[in-house]
Amino acid sequence: MKSCLVVDDSRVVRKVARKILEELGFSCSEAEDGKQAMDQCAKAMPDAILLDWNMPVMTGIEFLRRLRKMSGGQAPKVVFCTTENDLAHIQEALSAGANEYIMKPFDSEIIETKFQQVGLL
Amino acid sequence: MKVEDFDMFCTLLRQRSGLVLTKDKAYLLESRLMPVARKWNLKGLEDLAAVIRAKRDEALLRDVTEAMTTNESSFFRDTKPFDQFKAVVLPMLLQSRAAKKTIRIWSAACSSGQEAYSLAMLLNEEGARLAGWRIEIIGTDLSGEMVNKAKAGIYTQFEVQRGLPITLLVKYFKQVGDKWQITEDMRSRVQYREYNLLSDLSPLGQFDVIFCRNVLIYFDGPTKGKVLEAMAKQMPPDGVLYLGGAETVLGITEKFKPMEGQRGLYTLAGVPVRA
Repeated sequence: MKSCLVVDDSRVVRKVARKILEELGFSCSEAEDGKQAMDQCAKAMPDAILLDWNMPVMTGIEFLRRLRKMSGGQAPKVVFCTTENDLAHIQEALSAGANEYIMKPFDSEIIETKFQQVGLL
Repeated sequence: MKVEDFDMFCTLLRQRSGLVLTKDKAYLLESRLMPVARKWNLKGLEDLAAVIRAKRDEALLRDVTEAMTTNESSFFRDTKPFDQFKAVVLPMLLQSRAAKKTIRIWSAACSSGQEAYSLAMLLNEEGARLAGWRIEIIGTDLSGEMVNKAKAGIYTQFEVQRGLPITLLVKYFKQVGDKWQITEDMRSRVQYREYNLLSDLSPLGQFDVIFCRNVLIYFDGPTKGKVLEAMAKQMPPDGVLYLGGAETVLGITEKFKPMEGQRGLYTLAGVPVRA
């Protein structure tokens, strides 16, 4: 079973995303901000990370830059999932090493196709 | 809904678009035609039916047909057909058309253009292999409204997230307000035309590849056969036809046969084609 870390400061979003991902066959863990996500990745690197942008303590983009420098941090497929929906943010995310990008609001079909596209399904 | 109204809509839709409306799809009449009724300042479907009977206003009939026949679409719908295009169809054509260096592709019932634009992007990504080739992509739809939407190439955030990889969004789209528009370059590579599949197809010319996915499902058996046979006439002996995943030519026409090992792909029967 593939693992996915859901990083979002909204409990509701984490819950919705988790439900969709579990239906797609992922085992999920959650983090409320980039710092918590870093700690979890240091313990065990997940196969996939669904990542919000704006979060307290450490933002998603900051987390992603640090993750990609960690040992083993190149491996997870990172899918941004954020309300930031302009080209500049998308380009910034891709150059920081994001594999896919979802603009909120999302639905299960969008998550499923995006995860397919990066080879997670 | 009154039986005679239902029957009237059925006959009308069948004549104008080939659409077969079974009793279990009656709910579609309600959901799709209510906006049309409102647009024409009519209270409901009963009034709409009455007006259609009273005077067969072409613009109204057109609105009704369009509302009932437009379908959802997405970029790179079902993924696999596009992988097959890259891996099987395109290499075949690059070889067989090497002298002419011309390929014509038809997206039949193109709806809002996602299939045709997906092909345009896919071909552009092929880059060097296609240098010096002339590739025509034609998208047709019964609905003038859909054709206009396809030509404009403007999609909602939801639409550009269905099937379109983010790298292609960044490369081929521009943000226009809260929507996304495909680049002028991509728009210039597809010609869209309003066209009824039940009419004479010969003015469209010959196509090396025809995409006719999830279109025939709306037609009854004889109409399916008629459309496929007309399409066969618009193809060279080694042309390729795409049908939707749930569609078949079995028992409908003998003009096409499945391409071995390539689900959804068909070639003209009686002509040996190697994948």
